[in-house]
Order: sequence, then C-alpha cells, then structure tokens
Amino acid sequence: MTATTTDAVMDLDEALERFDPVFGLEVHVELNTATKMFCGCATGFGADPNTQVCPVCLGLPGALPVVNATAVESAIRIGLALNCEIASWCRFARKNYFYPDMPKNFQTSQYDEPIDFEGYLDVEVDGDDGPETFRVAIERAHMEEDTGKSLHVGGATGRIQGADHSLVDYNRAGIPLIEIVTKPITGAGGRAPEVAKAYVSALRDLMKALGVSDVRMEQGSMRCDANLSLRPRATGSQEQADVPLGTRTETKNVNSLRSVERAIRYEIGRQAAVLAAGGSIVQETRHWHEDTGVTTSGRPKSDADDYRYFPEPDLVPVAPSAELVERLRGTLPEPPAQRRHRLQSEWGYSDLEMRDVYNAGAVELIEESVAAGATPAAARKWWMGEIARRASAELRPLADFGVTAQHVAELDGLVTSGRLNDSMARQVMEGLLAGEGTPTEIADARGLQLVEDDDALETAVDEVIAANPDIADKVRGGKVQAAGALIGQVMKAMNGQADAGKVRRLILDKLGA
Amino acid sequence: MTPDLTRSSAADLAGALSRKDVSAVEATQAHLDRIAAVDGDVHAFLHVDTEGALAAARDVDRRRAAGEELSPLAGVPIAVKDIAVTKGVPTTCGSRTLEGWIPPYDATVVARLRAAGLPILGKTNMDEFAMGSSTEHSAFGPTHNPWDLERIPGGSGGGSSAAVASFQAPLAIGTDTGGSIRQPAAVTGTVGTKPTYGGVSRYGLVALASSLDQAGPCSRSVLDAALLHAVIAGHDVMDSTSIDAPVPPVVEAARRADVRGLRVGVVKELGGEGYQPGVRTRFEESVQLLVDAGAEVVEVSCPHFDYALAAYYLIMPSEASSNLARFDAMRYGLRVGPDGVGSPSAEQVMAASRDAGFGDEVKRRIILGTYALSSGYYDAYYGQAQKVRTLIARDFAAAFEQADVLVSPTAPTTAFRIGEKLDDPMAMYLNDIATIPANLAGIPGMSLPSGLADEDGLPAGIQLLAPATKDERLYGVGAALEAALEQRWGGRLLDRAPELDGSAASATEARA
Repeated sequence: MTATTTDAVMDLDEALERFDPVFGLEVHVELNTATKMFCGCATGFGADPNTQVCPVCLGLPGALPVVNATAVESAIRIGLALNCEIASWCRFARKNYFYPDMPKNFQTSQYDEPIDFEGYLDVEVDGDDGPETFRVAIERAHMEEDTGKSLHVGGATGRIQGADHSLVDYNRAGIPLIEIVTKPITGAGGRAPEVAKAYVSALRDLMKALGVSDVRMEQGSMRCDANLSLRPRATGSQEQADVPLGTRTETKNVNSLRSVERAIRYEIGRQAAVLAAGGSIVQETRHWHEDTGVTTSGRPKSDADDYRYFPEPDLVPVAPSAELVERLRGTLPEPPAQRRHRLQSEWGYSDLEMRDVYNAGAVELIEESVAAGATPAAARKWWMGEIARRASAELRPLADFGVTAQHVAELDGLVTSGRLNDSMARQVMEGLLAGEGTPTEIADARGLQLVEDDDALETAVDEVIAANPDIADKVRGGKVQAAGALIGQVMKAMNGQADAGKVRRLILDKLGA
Repeated sequence: MTPDLTRSSAADLAGALSRKDVSAVEATQAHLDRIAAVDGDVHAFLHVDTEGALAAARDVDRRRAAGEELSPLAGVPIAVKDIAVTKGVPTTCGSRTLEGWIPPYDATVVARLRAAGLPILGKTNMDEFAMGSSTEHSAFGPTHNPWDLERIPGGSGGGSSAAVASFQAPLAIGTDTGGSIRQPAAVTGTVGTKPTYGGVSRYGLVALASSLDQAGPCSRSVLDAALLHAVIAGHDVMDSTSIDAPVPPVVEAARRADVRGLRVGVVKELGGEGYQPGVRTRFEESVQLLVDAGAEVVEVSCPHFDYALAAYYLIMPSEASSNLARFDAMRYGLRVGPDGVGSPSAEQVMAASRDAGFGDEVKRRIILGTYALSSGYYDAYYGQAQKVRTLIARDFAAAFEQADVLVSPTAPTTAFRIGEKLDDPMAMYLNDIATIPANLAGIPGMSLPSGLADEDGLPAGIQLLAPATKDERLYGVGAALEAALEQRWGGRLLDRAPELDGSAASATEARA
C-alpha cells in the first residue's frame, strides 16, 4: 500500500535559500547483550513469538526488575566513545502510558538523570576540497527497555487504523536500548540531509566497533527518529544563530541510512512550502514512508504529553565507580574514522576507492582478508567485484554470500603462487559463490591449474610463431605490441591454462625483441 | 487426651514435630479442621489449599523419617496473605481484577517457606491491593475480628492477623506499606513485624508502593515471629532493593529477651491527642514494665512526623498508580468489554476492565497518585513528599542518637465496628498515623499486645521501632516486654479471646 499525500513540497535549493534547517536525531540502539535489560530472558532475533519471556518482562504481578550489568557497561562505553560525561550516580525512571505492547504500562527508562551526557561525535561529509569534519553535539544517551511488538492484522496498511485485531509479541519487551539524542544541529545549512546520514552512519560504525550492538537497521536493532525545523535565513548583519528556532516535527521510524537523508530532505521541502505559503508548522509526529519517500501526519505532539515520570522505586541507583569507568575507557576501540584513515594509508587506496569500500561495508572484510594473507589490492578486487554487485542488487550484507576472508586470502594465494591466472581465479570465485567449497577444492574439482610444463608451452609458442610469420616479423622489427595476437593464440592453444606473462616473455625472447 | 495442636505456639509445635511427637500431617490437618470450623465466622481465608498443604506436610514427614536435616519450622503450617504470588494457587490481592488468575511462579517469600517445609494452608483476606486499614475493602467481603465478630481485624492484612488470632494458623505472612502488619496485629492481640526495608525480598509480592512495601511475620508470640522472620529474610538477587547482608540475629535476640541498660525512647508526637485512653493506659504500663526490667526511658521528639501522613498519601498513591497500571486485561485478569460497543479497541477494553475490576478505594488512590505525578503538580506534591520523607528519616536518626529503640502505641484506637469508617477515608487513614513513619524511613517496626483497653475490653498494641538493619532489637525488647506482660496477665492475652464455634456463620447463612 502506498501512502499518498497532497502536501506541497518546495524545491530543495529554493527552500535552502530561504530557510535554515535545524535538525536533531534520536537514535535507539538495541544492545546485543545475551539477556534482557531487567531479566534473564534471551534476546535472539527471530524466535517464535512469546517464547523469550518471563514474569519480569511480561509484567506479571509481583515481578521486579534487576539491572543487566553488561548493559550498563555498554552504555558507559557508548558514552565514552561519544565523548560524553558519565554520571557518577543516576537513576532509572518510569515513563507512564498505556499501550498493549508495554507489559507494565510504564517503560523503565531514564529521565532527567541520563547515564551519558554532554558529548559529541565528529562525522565526515564531502566538502568542496575533499572530506570535511562536522561536529555533532550529543545531548545525552540513556538506558531503557524496548517494548513488545504489535502486529496489526486485517487492515490494508499494517497500521492499527483499519486493522481487525492485533497480536503482540513480547520477545522484544525488555531488550536493552540506548537512546542517543543529539542537541539541535545547526550550521549544516544545505548539507543537513547529508550530515544527518553521515551522523547515523558514523554512529552505526561506532556501535559496531564497540561491539555493543548488531546495528542492523533492517532488523530494527538501530532505529532513528528525525526532528526538523526551519527558520528564516539571517538577513543583513543578523547572525543565523540569533534567529529563533521554528516549530519542529518528529519523523518516526526512519530506518535506513538512505531514508535518513531522504526524510530530512523531504521535510525541509514540505515545511518550506507550508511556511512560504504563510502557514505554520504543526508540532506533531510524522510517519515516514520508505516506498513513496514522503512523510504523513501522525498524532499531534505537544510538550504537554504527560508521562508522569518519577524515579523507578524498584531499582537502586546506578553509580559506576571512577575505576570502572576508567577500566571501560581502556576497552574503547580506535575511533572508526581514524581507523579508516589508517587503513586507507596502509592499503594504499585512493579516497574514492576507500569511500566505495566503506560504502559497500567491506572495510572489515578487507581487513580480515589482508590479515589472512591477501594483498590489499586483491582483497578490494574480490570483495568489490561480483560479491559487491550481488550484495547491492539483493540489499544484503557482503558477508551473506558464503565467501569468507579466509577464502579471499586463499584465492589470492593461488594467484600469486602461480597456480591460477586471473580468469581461472574468477571461475574459482564463481565456485565460492555457488558454495562449492574452498578455493583449492574448487580449483581441483574444476581442473583449474596453470600449465607448468615448459616444454609444452615452448612447443605451443614455436607452433604459433611458425604459423604467423608476418606477425613474428613485426615483433622482430620492434613492434612489441604486436605480440599480443601471438600471446592470445598461445593461450588458446593451452586452453587458457598458462601464465600469460610467461607466454609473453617466451615469445619476446624467441623473437629477440 | 491429645493437646489441641492449634493452640500451640509455632516454637512449641516445631519442637513437637522435631521430636516426632506429632507429624506435620497431623499438625496441618488440625489447622485445616480449625479453619473448617471457625473461618465461616472469621473469613480470614480467601482460598484454602487443603491438598497442597497436606502434600507439603507429607513431604516433611517423609524427609524427617528419612533422617534429613530440616529447617526449624519444617511442618509448621502457615497462612499467606493473598498479595504474595503462589505458583498454581489463586492469588487475587482481594480484587475482582485478579479473580481466577493462577500465578505461574512463586514469590521469593513463598519459595522460602516451601523450601523450609512450612505447609501453606491458604491465602488470607486483605483490603484490595493492600489499600485499607480494616480489610473491608476486600472485593470478597470483610474479615471479622475474632475478639468481636462485629469489628474489623485491621488492615490491610486483617486476614493474616485474624487467622493467627483465631488459631487457624500459628503463623502468617503479612505485608506492611503503612502499617498493614502492625495495625492488624494491634487490634487482634497478635504480634507482627515489619522488617527493615530490603530485609525480606519483595519479588512476587504484588506491589502497592514499591519504596514502602515490606513483607514480614504475623504470629502469637515474639519468638514465633523471630523464627519466621529468620526463614523469610535475607538477600535475593531477584529484588534489587534487597539488602545484601546477613540476616539480623532475631531469634537469638528473642530468646535472650534482655532490655537491661537499653535506652527506650518514647516518641512525643505519637500518643496524646487522638489516642484512645485505654490504648494510652496500656502503653504507659508497658513502658513502666520495660523500666522495671532494667531499661532506661527517655522522651524523644520527631517534629516532622506531623507531616508523615500527608507525605505518605502522596508517595503511596503515586507509586500505586503506576504499579497498578499493568492490570489492563491484556495479558491476564478480568476482561470486560464496554457496554454497547460492538468491536471495542484495546483502550476501551482496558478502561472498561479497570472500571469493573477495581473497587472505589483503589480508584481513589490511582486518581490521587496520577494527579500527584502530573506535570505541573509533581514538584508540589510528589517532590515535596519526598523531602518530608528525608526529614522524617533525619528525625529518626536524631532520635536513635538518644535511644536504642523507640516506642509508641501501634494504632490510636482498638478495633472499630465494621462499616463505621467506611465512608470516611480520612478517619480510616488516621489508623496508620503511628505506623507510617517507619515505612517512610525504611526502618523496622513491631507491634505486640499491650493488653485490653479498659473501656471496650479489646486488644491494644505497643509499637517498637529500631534503626534500619537492627531488627534484632525489636525482638529483644519485644520478648522481654511480652514476658513481663504475660506474667502480669497470668498467661497469654489470646487465651482471653472469646471461643469461636462457627455459630455466627450459620446465623449469617440463615439470614441469607
């Protein structure tokens, strides 16, 4: 079902000429702890509905929460990686509202005492002269529990409107979440959509590097809400920062990197059209429609939404010691951007090559392949070739195709050792993608082996020279490039199973060129 | 002639069991028979688990016969307030909303009772979700005070105290959020302890107010309470607020029963105006007995106690409004559709079910709490109440500089008549004026009988309070005072309670 809208949308360039976009992002990251935030239930994705539940996460009468210490450590590590202050004492709070997928009808979250606060994340965007760094200020990151998942049955849209009944799966209820909230991001101007995407992307890399989350947006383990408002462009001697902020909308469930950029772009155009027509922006939540690339009005949201927050009396305060924080600081990984720059220089990739590799999600795979013995060039060639084409076409991760870093290193080894030439290696890659075994097994099974019998090769060279006296003369006469035709014929005679470089050397030697 | 096992103290019964003078099955059956004979009058139980209790008793007898080492109270039957979830046994909290719900798990307290081999006779009546001081707010009808069946047995744990007072169980589990163990103990002539907050796990106790709730023992003697306290107390990983420290030496203190050199502080603000003369007289006599036993008495002042009731009636309903939100008919409990709505939404079902499932007092407190937590009111109500709470804790800290234990009457009056205060919530709330400060500060408190008030011949209680984690002081002082009082009375107070023969119930039935 396609969401339709009659909203007018202003051309982006025009919108940005007239208005300054200010945006903020709320990103929910599901932690990959073995157990839930407040109970011992398993957290695996995709289990049968309501099989990973217990009295605590079902909110049965009398059940009490106990904080998952690993989740707290992950929250602290995330805070440290986001350059945040870590609270030495903070509490959980209850956010009270009724909804069937929330077993207790309150969410155990953090309110005015987040564990992480006042940080920043530097993200890279393309500038006029290569990559530029944009600093995104982080307001806070706090711990909370996820809700269950409602499945609305019988309607056309899968939304609750028009549904016949709803099913609730509580497996997700109580999964630990970290909500990371930026401060209002100003100063991005026309690059706002790009900065938003780069921020979410950088956040995803950081979570991955920290090893705290699977950050698979398509599975919902990373979810993004985008707030956006417009204010008039500063005029005259006015500073842009002195222009008051406009009314914002919150677009929910913008759950892919591409969508983050598109949703921000759409909302800029939509709000600009409203404002330019003399209208005013309604403070509301909006739904993002991935298929049509538009947002539609959700429920009105005002600051009067009253969740009756109060400190969670069933939990004791979280008070991480300075020693713990310092120990966790010692476990932080190299910042992803810094690591990317280091790897780029180690691997000798161009900016463009590195960006492609990064965008394809191949950095780790190449790193592992190189560690397993592949050359950086070969590793890039293999991962960014057929595998990347398929991954891109099927919207699946590169690692999903049965080819491992070990395979790539082994394949590259077979080439550098002289067993396979390039076209043979491509056949082996086909075999790998078809799941036929390891590179050596595939080469053996397919009978792929360069001929190392020099006599046979020399005989073939002699025969080709004898059969092509004209070309041979040209080569003798100094037209070395004419040797290509001879090489091709020799390779054909050898059924492709010869080292082309070696053939070339033999021909040139024999013709004294 | 076989002695009546139901008249025995838990300690004596435990002794007889361990000597194999009686079997656990005999002890349990005797109490089940007593329940059958008199609970029609008293209505202490909402559910009697005959089969479960006898099975547990048989298991104890088998293990004892096999020479296994058993817990000191193994085979001593017990009643459990219907607020503690019991696997496979109905748990209603005195509410229609949970009628018919069978919990799939045991509260930690219940699990510890089972592990210690105490056969659970059944679940006792209570004010709905522990909201009340008379047990009249039970959706399943009031419990009657064994001393006078026309009177209330206190609340919210009136069922547990009445069961113990009427010899239907030697021990019972209660919970105390603002006095629900101590006030029923006072008006039924029994003993009840609210341990230090965190002393007993709250896991599996249906929450009224999480920061105030605490489970504890109900019994007919201080030593019996100590024996049960020792079984149920101790750290529980399932309750973050449970104290990770050894259980205070309560049994040793009860056996020592020594107050010599102890400083006893009489709290100036708890007594005097509003307290029934007979209650005050018995209290003053008890204080004198402590002096006679070697204690030193000082008067202490806790000026902020005047605000305790107000603070309590903001904090408790605030937490309750949130704790009771889960009763929404989605996963368990009563579910009703709204009238005249063909295909109701989840929200409509929630509203209709909560309207039908909750009684007036529950609704009153949910509304109070929702209001107090609302944006714009939070600071003035919940926030201020938390500040009062801090001041009360400071009052206690200062008082405990001067005294080792504090004493006061437990409740301002003896048991009032059923129906007398039902339409006057403020009068009802004032029952807990002396017990609430301990909950706000998290300190332990005990009520034990001080005698019968002269004007009505009904039991009055004296409350003992100790600093947090010093629960053993309650037992040392309580046991000493109990001994002195029983010497004066020439026996146990409860021996003076009227005999019950079940005739009141048959009379009621005849009228019905």
